Amino acid sequence: MHNFDYARADSTRQAVSSHGPDKQAAYLAGGTTLLDLVKIDIMRPEQVVDINRLDLKRIETLNDGRTRIGALVTNTALARDERIASDYAVLSEALLSGATTQLRNKATTAGNVMQRVRCPYFRDGVSNCNKREPGSGCAAIEGHNRSVHAVLGTSEHCIATHPSDMCVAMAAIGATITVEGPEGQREIDFLDFHLLPGDTPEREHALKPGELITHVTLDAPLDNSRSHYLKLRDRASYQFALASSAVIVTLEGDTITDARVALGGVGTRPWRAHEAEAALKGQKATEATFQKAAGIAFKSATPYAHNAFKIPLGQQAIVRNLTTLTA
Amino acid sequence: MSDSIIGAGAIGSGPKRIDGQRKVTGAAPYAADHHPDNVAYGYGVFSTIASGTVAGLDLDAARQSPGVIDIFHHEHFPELHRSPSSMAQGNKVEETRLPFEDNKVYYEGQFVALVVADTFENARAAARKVGVNYKSDQAIANLDQGVTAHGTQKGQGNHERGDAAGNFDGAAHSIDVTYTTPVETHNPMEMHASVASWEGDRLTIFESSQGVVQQQGALAKIFGIPPEHIRVESPFIGSGFGAKLWMWPHAVAASAAAREIGRPVQLVVPRQQMFTTTGHRPETCQRMRLATDENGKLVSLRHESINTTSFTDQYVETCGSVTKSLYSCPNLTVSHETTQVNRGTPTSMRAPGAAPGLFALESAIDEMALEAGVDPLEFRMNNYAERDESLDLDFSSNHIREATERAAEKFGWHDRNPDVGSMRDGHEIIGYGMAACNWEALKRECEARVSLRADGTAYVTCATQDIGTGTYTIIAQTVSDLTGLPIEKITVRLGDTSYPKGPISGGSWTTATTLPAVAAATRKAIEELKGYATSGKGDFADAASDSLTFENGQLTHDGQSVDYVDVLKGQKLASADGHAHTQGADSQYSYRSFGAHFVEVRWDPGISNLRVSRVVSAIDVGRVINSMTARNQVEGAIVMGLGMAHFEATEYDARNGRPVNNNYAEYVVPVHADQPPEVDVILLDYPDLEFNEFGARGIGEIGITGMAAAVANAVYHATGKRIRDLPIFKEKLMENIPAVQSA
Repeated sequence: MHNFDYARADSTRQAVSSHGPDKQAAYLAGGTTLLDLVKIDIMRPEQVVDINRLDLKRIETLNDGRTRIGALVTNTALARDERIASDYAVLSEALLSGATTQLRNKATTAGNVMQRVRCPYFRDGVSNCNKREPGSGCAAIEGHNRSVHAVLGTSEHCIATHPSDMCVAMAAIGATITVEGPEGQREIDFLDFHLLPGDTPEREHALKPGELITHVTLDAPLDNSRSHYLKLRDRASYQFALASSAVIVTLEGDTITDARVALGGVGTRPWRAHEAEAALKGQKATEATFQKAAGIAFKSATPYAHNAFKIPLGQQAIVRNLTTLTA
Repeated sequence: MSDSIIGAGAIGSGPKRIDGQRKVTGAAPYAADHHPDNVAYGYGVFSTIASGTVAGLDLDAARQSPGVIDIFHHEHFPELHRSPSSMAQGNKVEETRLPFEDNKVYYEGQFVALVVADTFENARAAARKVGVNYKSDQAIANLDQGVTAHGTQKGQGNHERGDAAGNFDGAAHSIDVTYTTPVETHNPMEMHASVASWEGDRLTIFESSQGVVQQQGALAKIFGIPPEHIRVESPFIGSGFGAKLWMWPHAVAASAAAREIGRPVQLVVPRQQMFTTTGHRPETCQRMRLATDENGKLVSLRHESINTTSFTDQYVETCGSVTKSLYSCPNLTVSHETTQVNRGTPTSMRAPGAAPGLFALESAIDEMALEAGVDPLEFRMNNYAERDESLDLDFSSNHIREATERAAEKFGWHDRNPDVGSMRDGHEIIGYGMAACNWEALKRECEARVSLRADGTAYVTCATQDIGTGTYTIIAQTVSDLTGLPIEKITVRLGDTSYPKGPISGGSWTTATTLPAVAAATRKAIEELKGYATSGKGDFADAASDSLTFENGQLTHDGQSVDYVDVLKGQKLASADGHAHTQGADSQYSYRSFGAHFVEVRWDPGISNLRVSRVVSAIDVGRVINSMTARNQVEGAIVMGLGMAHFEATEYDARNGRPVNNNYAEYVVPVHADQPPEVDVILLDYPDLEFNEFGARGIGEIGITGMAAAVANAVYHATGKRIRDLPIFKEKLMENIPAVQSA
């Protein structure tokens, strides 16, 4: 790792000012991504701004029914929060399906949003990788691309999955990300936050240089909804999703009146499946309906040499989740 | 509550590990916990190509990096010698090439430079600044590429009897199938580490080692100094699974660097390079040809195996080692070949040969049984060998039929519906599978020393190691059993070449090797004690030494007893000592351990989820010395076998031979949540007194053998899919996977 300057911020304004608009700076929250990547020399910040003392550790219910989560709320605290567990079960379940207890105790809400890809070619520091070295190419496309590579939202420049479980649940729930930057405060729709790789896989999110996430505000829960996160992988714990689904549904009798479907492990960003949702709304909750919606969710999928199985697996994640929720 | 076991009867009971508290409280020192005065820290620069040469090094930036003391590489490294690598001489290494010997690169992750600095962080930072210019050659990235490029080399452990080919054609039933297993990496929790210090021409090295004596011998050859000038210490290791049996290049690099800079050097192998420069289980390809008569009796069996090895050394994975003798078959061929690839040298990993070999054999037996229309259990019962037909010897003790039947009974094998996919529970399809397990019983030469001390304690030393298996504890049990001293009064010291020579901790031979030596040393100490008691100044001055009995710490003669402590104190003696040197096993019998695994899998086709839900294993390893640690060994091996069956594979990029998933997140081993809800281990506990006085054969490895086949056989029963390529990833069982247009 390279040595860096370290500053500890006592206020958001101070943090933003210490960071500056310089790309060679990084905010330090739980450190579970940043420190790992610094140690293996993949991220080389010159300036690290420790934000752990900021007053961003609260979960608040707003008057309009939304829930505002401070950037530094740990994954454990968020998952175990009673309001989250009851009103946003899918989020609590997603968080608890991720990583390990130790990591969840350190990892923060904003840090989870900001986590980097697990693609081995990104992390080896040697292979061609357009994220690490724009223009060098993508070693994964014709390389080993089984578990942490996507079938949705890929481009000829990058096929790495976004690894988060939490973000998949948030994509289904709907949320707003509040950021503070050199030019002040602004809000970003959660679904606009993570960018498709396209021609610029080095651009992973909508933050402008120096901006700091201060809160994630969840949309109010759907009335009378049920939700569930289903994560499929090789081993039963401590593995990134091969395919996962976050599903929220409301039912009248056996008719689906509203549905939210988001996918993990298969997309280059937390993947909201709008067209699949449209195929569910107003339909009877039957296996045929679920299968059809699942097929629609993957109709634009691109399989690669080792991950083609994610296309049927992702569909299974949708169908089983809906089956469980509507049973 | 104390779980102290006092005196006779300690053998066979289940006391907790005597080193357990030190381990869980952090008091037990591991290799990298040692930071001698003035220690410097090394960090490797590792090749990023798998084949080629180092054309040039740019060291300017690294040299100017804070704290750097020196940077070693092929043009700046002392001239050393290779070890002849002989286990018999006590200097075996798996990779004979020395680090920085020349500018050649044989595998990705090979040491190409070593930065030594004042702190670990400074060494690592500087290592990342070393520029390396490579001249890269096309790498041989896997077994298929190796065979295509350079063919194969003959290996050892081959065997032929009868005419296997001649009895295959025209047999009533036959199969001809090929199995493959991937590279697996040991991944012990504790990374390899060396802390080397010189005083003049004397070297002390703390190492995470399964074999301090062999490392001492190898370092002596490499540095050209007498073995007695080298002390290797490894009192605790965070396991090894075979990766730490033989010294690897880092230990040579650390020792040489320490001598050159005149300061102690600590060098830890990073996790990524634990996949490259410290061994692995090689990739195998095994062709199995089996044939039976119309009654399902084997008439021909061929097991032909190829495994990958490095370009620097030949390592043979003896996949057919069990095939030679498990089943009765007059016409049998076992052959081993290797092919060279650009990977580091492979090494033994828990049950080398047998683990991949029994995946192939016990899967093939299942296929053969079904082909012949016989229940797989009945097929085995009909074909298990009565004696070792490869050695033409009787087995010393073999209860495989009882093991198979008892496990089958407990598992409920006979109640199963044998039709594929016929057993269901909700979303899940249940499959039952079984496999035999088998491992040779070995016993080596060993020395040990025991002191019965005047303070009422015993002190035992042996330069073997406890690699987490319970060796400390069973040695204490042995001394307790013979002396009557409670276990907490017995101090056992292992893992230090200053103690009497002990064996490497491998091959499942530590128990059978060390206990007879410890027992003999204890008896000698007791004899010495009797000598003191019957000497002129003794309590039984007139008695003959052999008329005294020793029980529960008391010497007795003619109904008069005296505590051994008083014998010593009465003569102002510190201790009565015994040193013993015991020999390896004879060859009167074929000594082997046996067993059977029964496995229930559940396949949920709706979410493509496979899990192992139940395991019943019956194991015949002779007498069980410690019921708790023995069971723990089998349970651990079952879990490791489960990982082998459906998770573990070190993947290499076929284009350049680079390991892809060389970390703990993407190299998938089972976690707690993968443990089957029911694991039932039956230990038969029949003493094998032909083998040694304790009747114990060793238990570390047998549990992993056959597990992958039992899982694969159960998967077949559930799904109808015969998976011949490990691991059993879910995509191998899924339907409707879209075809991929090759790019």
